[in-house]
Amino acid sequence: MAKLEQAIDNHAANLDEETREAVRLASKAKTEKRVNALWTDFDDPNALRKLASQVRQHALDNLPDYLEQAEAAFQKNGVQVHWAEDGDQANAIVLDIMRRRGASKVVKSKSMVSEETELVPFLEKHGMEAVETDLGEYVVQIDGDHPSHIVTPIIHKNRRQVGRSFEREGLGEYTEDPLELTRMARRHLRQKYLDADVGMTGANFVVAESGRIVLVTNEGNARFSMAATKTHIAMVGIEKIIPREQDVPLFLSLLGRSATGQPLTVYTQFIGGPKSASQEEGPEEMHLIFLDNGRSDILASNCKEILRCIRCGACMNVCPVYRQTSGHAYRSVYPGPVGAVLSPLLNKAGFPDLADLPKASSLCGACQEVCPVDIPIPDLLLRLRNKGKQEHAPKTSINTPGLSFWALAATQPAAWKTGLKLGHAMNVVPHALLDVNPSAKSWRSTRELPPFRGGDFRSWLKAHEKKGGAS
Amino acid sequence: MIQPTAKGKRIKFMMTCLCDAFYADVAQASYEVLEHLGCEIEVPAGQTCCGQPALNSGEWESARKVVRHTVKTFGGEEPVVIPSGSCAAMTRHGAILGFESEPDLDEVEGLARRSWELCEYIVQGLGIDSWPGRFDGKVALHRSCHTRGTKVYESAVTLLSSIEGLELVEVGELEQCCGFGGTFSVSFPYVSKKMGQLKVEHLTEKRPNYVASLDMACMLHFGGMMDRQGVKTPRLHVSQILKKALENR
Ligand code: SF4
Repeated sequence: MAKLEQAIDNHAANLDEETREAVRLASKAKTEKRVNALWTDFDDPNALRKLASQVRQHALDNLPDYLEQAEAAFQKNGVQVHWAEDGDQANAIVLDIMRRRGASKVVKSKSMVSEETELVPFLEKHGMEAVETDLGEYVVQIDGDHPSHIVTPIIHKNRRQVGRSFEREGLGEYTEDPLELTRMARRHLRQKYLDADVGMTGANFVVAESGRIVLVTNEGNARFSMAATKTHIAMVGIEKIIPREQDVPLFLSLLGRSATGQPLTVYTQFIGGPKSASQEEGPEEMHLIFLDNGRSDILASNCKEILRCIRCGACMNVCPVYRQTSGHAYRSVYPGPVGAVLSPLLNKAGFPDLADLPKASSLCGACQEVCPVDIPIPDLLLRLRNKGKQEHAPKTSINTPGLSFWALAATQPAAWKTGLKLGHAMNVVPHALLDVNPSAKSWRSTRELPPFRGGDFRSWLKAHEKKGGAS
Repeated sequence: MIQPTAKGKRIKFMMTCLCDAFYADVAQASYEVLEHLGCEIEVPAGQTCCGQPALNSGEWESARKVVRHTVKTFGGEEPVVIPSGSCAAMTRHGAILGFESEPDLDEVEGLARRSWELCEYIVQGLGIDSWPGRFDGKVALHRSCHTRGTKVYESAVTLLSSIEGLELVEVGELEQCCGFGGTFSVSFPYVSKKMGQLKVEHLTEKRPNYVASLDMACMLHFGGMMDRQGVKTPRLHVSQILKKALENR
């Protein structure tokens, strides 16, 4: 096959068929479940999506005020609030809290923000033990791998691979029975919870009015990690704000259904501070770290709508490109359509490094159609392509025919018609165009082109009008 | 997406650059369908392209030039009828995105409110919900992606399903893209090919007699793939089916 020059296309071409089929079929199943769950339970899910989008946008448009309100509300609840400008600061805050508490072991539930800050490797480097307790994240950790999906991190692995990893880590004898594998992980992780000093979580929503965080899981691991430890640290992006308690049901209604087709996840927790005096168990201290890490810049940009995201993963499930490439192709924490917008903007190494991500889309719009907060992802991808061009990011233009000549002709009817006639005479123009570079050749290797018939309609019309139109 | 409001049978016809270059028969069928409806049709000779290729490639400076040319060429108050959901989406949405901070945004929005896709114009604009004549066969209709957020696809279904002898067959994973995406198919040929193969499978799964599309762009891609794979199912633009039905009255 011809050489492919787009990294994501290359990645897709090198993906083994088994993984691709697994990712595609799982994504397809989740997409179908989502549709069933939403349209069975609501008359007009699209009205809900629009409403949710407005609430989220309102929160973002008034973010400084809501963050201030949230800080006060959390403090009133006895929560210590921290602010981190970037990932390094956030990680340092965690380390500092652990040292002050004389802690050395942390159990972590799933949080994309901590993937962003690379918290686990950071803590390990500083002599702490950090264990991922979400089953998928745990497998990712022991394999030294990266999540390939924001909700189902090991969508790219099968149970045989998991069985071999568990065997290697000494969790038990090799098996590929999912139930037995889950039991093995459970036995192993249970001890980790009991030994740990600190429970780390993210948050799905942060309610400004009440100073509570909302956490949803299917495994109950977030709950366990708080119950068994003396210190709870929650790290959240500053954009996670929901104004009022009464807004929460709307988002819970949409999140589970959009993510996995569940009316509600198995566990939903509302955490409003450390344990009270009357509670026997639970964290004595609760810390909330608000992380910016580029979000303020996005808020000020023409892509601010992406911050409405509630991380349901529906856009990647439905995305035909994600289904072919899987998540690692996106070379970042956030894959799929949301990642194609968010990742280049959050990227530590700068936008140009990931400027190819917004290109990896046919702009089909399936993502926006399923997004519970109606993010106009295709529009944002277009804005980023334009940004790439304006900033001369080379990755914006890989394998893309230049269009300035075409634009010149398209603004000058005479030139346009000459082009059509010339093309007609030779019947080679599009073929020649598609033979110039390797990947265009590869286009031709699987598709036929129709014969060029430039200007034929115009000629027909002339004759037709001469005849006096419809007979 | 701006919804068109301009009404009436005095119209301007945008043939689209693909029909100008490759698919004269589709432009012709659309024109004859509109003639049958009693439309007074003007085809501005200066028309070129809607500007979508440049917009999608991020070359917004170029795109704006082409859009300005199109706005000028199609000036006036009449509905502009376009035999493509994608080009209609460009004039109604994409173009506006590129003009958000331009002084002449108003004029671009003006064209947006006058732009109709062909089937949408017939059903929503003229209020026609059944089509005369006869067309025998099972038809698999591709739902082109750029008709999302409009009534284009449902309008086409309304018209086609009213034709005597025509049976619309179910197409699996209707929301999935065929993989064309303009320059996407050149920049990402592998992924595009895989998407196209799935689309061909879904379109031909129920063994239709015809595969139909609202957009020649999609069909250029998946049709080219069908040809290479030797899938012989004939392909028609929706306007060609409407025209054939008229011939069998
Ligand atoms: S962008 Fe929308 S669909 Fe995608 S993960 Fe975020 S909320 Fe879900």
